[in-house]
Amino acid sequence: MYRIGLDVGSTTLKCAVIDESGTLIYKSYERHFSKITEMTSKLLTELQSRFGDKDVSLTISGSAGMGLADACGIPFVQEVYATRTAVNTFMPDTDVVIELGGEDAKILFLDGELEVRMNGTCAGGTGAFIDQMATLLKVAPDEMNDLAAEHEKIYTIASRCGVFAKSDIQPLLNQGAAKSDIAASIFYAVVNQTVAGLAQGRPIEGDILYLGGPLTFMSELRRSFDKTLNTKGECPDNSLYFVAMGAALSGGDALTDLATAAVRVGSYTSEGGYRSQPPLFSSQEDFDKFRERHDSHKVEIDTGDIGDGEVFIGVDAGSTTVKSVVINKNGDIVMQRYAPGGGNPVGAVKDFLVDFYNKFPTAKIMGSAATGYGEELIKNAFTFDFGLVETMAHFTAAKKFRPNVDFIIDIGGQDIKCFKIRGGAIDNIYLNEACSSGCGSFLQTFAEALGMDIAAFAEKGLFADKPVDLGSRCTVFMNSSVKQAQKDGASIENISAGLSISVVKNALYKVIRARDGKSLGENIVVQGGTFLNDAVLRAFELETGRDVIRPNISGLMGAYGAALYAMKKSKGASTTANAEKLTSFTHTASPSVCKGCQNNCRLTINSFEGGRKYISGNRCERPITGKSGGGASKYNMFERKREMLEEYKPKSGTRGRIGIPMGLGMYELYPFWYTFFTELGFEVFHSPFSTRKLYLAGQLTIPSDTVCFPAKLMHGHIEYLLKEKPDAIFSPCMSYNFDEGEGDNHYNCPVVAYYPEVLAANVRALKNIKFIYDYVGPHMKKSFPEKMTEILGKYFSGISKKEITSAAKSAYVEYESYMARVRKTGLKMLEDARADGYPIIVLAGRPYHIDPETNHGIDRLICSLGAAVISEDSVSGLVGKVKTNVLNQWTYHARLYSAAKYVTQNPDMNLVQLVSFGCGVDAVTTDETRELLEDGGKIYTQIKIDEITNLGAVKIRLRSLFVALEGDDA
Amino acid sequence: MEIKKIPFTKEMKKDYTVLVPDMAPIHFQMLRAAMIKEGLNVVLLTDSDPNVIETGLKYVHNDTCYPALLVIGQMIAALQSGKYDLSKTALMISQTGGGCRASNYIFLLRKALVAAGFDNIPVISFNVSGLEKQNTGFTFNYHFIRRLLASVVYGDMLMLLRNQVLPYEDHEGDANELCQRYIDEISEKFYAGKGHTHGEMKKILRRMCDDFGRIPMTVVPKVKVGIVGEIYVKYSALANNGLEEFLHSQDCEVMLPGLMSFCQYCIFNSIEDHTLYGGKAKSAFIYKIVLKYLCYLNNFIIKTVRAHGRFVPPEQFAELKEGGEEIISCGCKMGEGWVLTAEITELIRNGYTNIICTQPFGCLPNHINGKGMSRKIREKYPEANIVPIDYDPGATRVNQENRIKLMIAVARESLSASADGQGSAKISEKVK
Repeated sequence: MYRIGLDVGSTTLKCAVIDESGTLIYKSYERHFSKITEMTSKLLTELQSRFGDKDVSLTISGSAGMGLADACGIPFVQEVYATRTAVNTFMPDTDVVIELGGEDAKILFLDGELEVRMNGTCAGGTGAFIDQMATLLKVAPDEMNDLAAEHEKIYTIASRCGVFAKSDIQPLLNQGAAKSDIAASIFYAVVNQTVAGLAQGRPIEGDILYLGGPLTFMSELRRSFDKTLNTKGECPDNSLYFVAMGAALSGGDALTDLATAAVRVGSYTSEGGYRSQPPLFSSQEDFDKFRERHDSHKVEIDTGDIGDGEVFIGVDAGSTTVKSVVINKNGDIVMQRYAPGGGNPVGAVKDFLVDFYNKFPTAKIMGSAATGYGEELIKNAFTFDFGLVETMAHFTAAKKFRPNVDFIIDIGGQDIKCFKIRGGAIDNIYLNEACSSGCGSFLQTFAEALGMDIAAFAEKGLFADKPVDLGSRCTVFMNSSVKQAQKDGASIENISAGLSISVVKNALYKVIRARDGKSLGENIVVQGGTFLNDAVLRAFELETGRDVIRPNISGLMGAYGAALYAMKKSKGASTTANAEKLTSFTHTASPSVCKGCQNNCRLTINSFEGGRKYISGNRCERPITGKSGGGASKYNMFERKREMLEEYKPKSGTRGRIGIPMGLGMYELYPFWYTFFTELGFEVFHSPFSTRKLYLAGQLTIPSDTVCFPAKLMHGHIEYLLKEKPDAIFSPCMSYNFDEGEGDNHYNCPVVAYYPEVLAANVRALKNIKFIYDYVGPHMKKSFPEKMTEILGKYFSGISKKEITSAAKSAYVEYESYMARVRKTGLKMLEDARADGYPIIVLAGRPYHIDPETNHGIDRLICSLGAAVISEDSVSGLVGKVKTNVLNQWTYHARLYSAAKYVTQNPDMNLVQLVSFGCGVDAVTTDETRELLEDGGKIYTQIKIDEITNLGAVKIRLRSLFVALEGDDA
Repeated sequence: MEIKKIPFTKEMKKDYTVLVPDMAPIHFQMLRAAMIKEGLNVVLLTDSDPNVIETGLKYVHNDTCYPALLVIGQMIAALQSGKYDLSKTALMISQTGGGCRASNYIFLLRKALVAAGFDNIPVISFNVSGLEKQNTGFTFNYHFIRRLLASVVYGDMLMLLRNQVLPYEDHEGDANELCQRYIDEISEKFYAGKGHTHGEMKKILRRMCDDFGRIPMTVVPKVKVGIVGEIYVKYSALANNGLEEFLHSQDCEVMLPGLMSFCQYCIFNSIEDHTLYGGKAKSAFIYKIVLKYLCYLNNFIIKTVRAHGRFVPPEQFAELKEGGEEIISCGCKMGEGWVLTAEITELIRNGYTNIICTQPFGCLPNHINGKGMSRKIREKYPEANIVPIDYDPGATRVNQENRIKLMIAVARESLSASADGQGSAKISEKVK
């Protein structure tokens, strides 16, 4: 008897046949391009011809095989379970299995207590992730491996999910980092992702087995695991087939008739069907009318007519493509190019310029402007006259098509940008948060998975009869929704249409948070490469109920706007590199790390011919000028608060050393606890402000991969403290914070309140030390000493209530005085900055957002853009309790509302809210803060932060804000 | 812009329809009956059309917890459906208070109503903390409170019996049918102003036990799964993609902890606050009496089930708390807080070693009490087989079911090993 196992994965179909002696006698492996039933049926027919005369059993496994098996009456075994069965049979000495598949990551602990872990729904794919990254690098996945082998350095790439990583990688590419280094960094990101997300505090040690496609094909990925885990894992023979083999082994004695199975699978369509929505077009006529309407919005393109010879250049060095145009005085496009950036916008622009000079030797360049991610690089490389923020460029171009435009939406490869226009100026900007970005490129990735190009793929959806309803979530989720729809029998046409609609819904409901299309505006201009697809455009019109304008140069609008801007600002001559200069033009990029401060910015030093240099990747001026403190940067309250905390230096004590993790609420309560324990005769010290290294040291014990980054950092702080071997570590649980009278209640958020419980439960080494994480209530001043006496009595002997009462008294005094100093210093800074004429930004978040690893140096970035940074707690006390439409029950958040209120009363002030990804509470506060600000006539700006270090999007947001404030109407 | 609170007046009570989201179907049918008895024309919203989620996404911040999104989506979809006279419709939503963002549901609902153009619909806050006093049309009285509590007791009992009989019944549908018969009977009793006295409760509970015990069953070993998690997601099929039904289809027995333990937990927290942080003793004293009374009521179930001998009763609150405290402090009180952890251990102690922890994506308390405590629970109970499942509008059933199937596969192995007489403790050892 032969036992057959099929592994129907998310991207591939694997088969294993095992004979009675337990030997693998046949195997096959192929990509199924989502044609699951077709391919499976074909495979079964093949198996039938090969083994049809024998007794066989058939078992299916794999994520895509689940519904199929059930419906066709074929036994099913869960894939992780199958892996385990196979490992126990073929590699019985294994302690830990690490298996990466198309979209899953799994760790199986076999030694001792059995534990199986799969990535959560948010963690994104791994094999698919590497594929996506390869696409981004424009290499084949296996080339990534060769590239990685040659790496010299590792960049920090967020490992939380694919979309985050993308936003880290794109700027690296744009800054000219070496592909080999990026490839290797991607592998390390995968390792960190797997380890941080799945190990959850359990050490990965002993005999380790690597399974699944990515680990089989990529030796460098295995090496990255080896290095990180400090071990040598094994990738066995048939490492691709363990699930299939396990499925085969799970087969019972029941015989399967392969011919019948093949027929059943072949004719399988899910009975349930899927959720669908109305079609995009009901008829060809409908479509023709639509095309006709849109074809009327155009500028002349590729005229080759340079008029009197005076021309203007605009370049939009976007995240994945480089768009260049040359226009004449009429605004007609003389020449244009839409080129893939391939990570090197400089090369693309140079080629364009050279071609232009060759074609039009008589043209006289009167002005040039660059925009987009690569703005600075291009501006420096070719000595362009101007640089402008993308939003401004798009607005300028849109006005050309509809002077009274009041809403612009741009969906590009990686970003969604939308803004409202009020009174001729950009009023409200919506950029997609790091989590839902990449919608355009998602369409592309999906098209490629089906072996199509994006245009052909999108077109397929135009006349789909029942588009799949895929909801409006981030791309990672959409991936699995698509899987589900396929299982339920949706055709490629209907999936294509569904994806186009999803892109639109994502933009409308997630990014803009519109209630309905009418609220956007009356004169809407859409642009960006993604809108070149009629399906997306139509979906947008249907969803908003408006006829919108799609310029014929929808993909070139950034560049066109830049050129128009150059024309407007032209001073009659241009510094742009001319044909002659270009012949000697050279460009090399080399990476470097700035040691100026804790942010350790990864710099790229671009060198051009003649020793010209341009440094990118910096947050402040330090790597360029060699010093800080210039301009607005002396007005940085975040910096000042860090300094104020550092003033609490350890004093030697007789009762022992107490270490306190500097994270979460401790960023504000340290003065209190420091004074309390110092008075009691302890030497009190804290872990340093967070760094990347500190974070990585603790990532192995994080149990929940979707908790906020500030909480995750706590693990690193504990590891640091443990190394210091103090007598005790103090990190109390606190349901309540101090009542500052600004809210209806004074809670901490659940994470700040109880995270020490998680540390105690998951960091094993804490069992060997006095880890004091009791529930304390300093908000109850009267009972505090008594309660504290009880608590400390559990850990130390001989501390009297009298001593504690006195220490508590000092602690309260010091806390009050510290908070007063913060307010006073902040106000003084505000006044000084105001006197110096700087605009003032209240950077509002939580106390722990002053941590440099948490805020990624955004405070410095704002200063470098020429504004003073004041913290929310400096001004929150200046207005009374704010009336809100939500329950104002958290101490920190009450300050946020108060600060917002205060800002609306001061014309020279604006508020930028920092929001940690995954913060459930901020889902409530952000909308409320926005309303408070908008009611007061202010622009609301939110910055979502996580592990990410990409500041590109943040910079656009901030620069757009400043442009809007200046009322520059280009 | 300040949002006006529209009070629900005595006048309105006469002819308004009050829409209430259905969280736990068994309990809420009886709660509804108790409210109808008070003169409120209550309609339970059971709509689970995809439109509910779409509407929620439109009117609620997408990062808000899934339950809020669903409940609010369901309400607004109902108002938009044309089924109700908008000049005579009110909404009711529960409000717990406490450090979890769930306390904000009612505010998010009001915001959504304004955005959807339903500013004039009154919203009733269902709470026992004296919040939102403007609603003169909705007040508590002695008998009403007793009937509400009785609904919880009856509901817990019915859920327990139904779940323990259904997987084994010889004739499909018996358990559900009996359950519904009791719901109808008790509703009728409530309408007649009866059914809430201690004597009646004891008698009815006993009869329930006997009746369910008489349903013909064939008891074979099955995988026993306990469901814990965020309270709405745990109970509501709309939120958890029909989790109970799925588990039944996979030949599992399902146990859901009762609603009473959550009520006890809420009361207990106010006492614990006083213990931990001090303050006025008077209110703590009152809470202690309330807690004692709830325990007294819960004991009806425990005693009846024990006396009957065939089914697994819930634990006493003291036992539940003790089991929880071995893992996490009872000071951890936001959202489901420590009771979630405690319920996991209760389930394990009672043979439901396979646990699904349902959580809305981004639910903060669950980072602490669910995922955060898994490791510690397994240290104490190595046989525990816990899987956390995230629920939100974008999470797909395929992913969720795949993870649950993994849990079930491991559970099956333990089951067959214990059937082979090896004892369940050994299964976790490595098979070499």
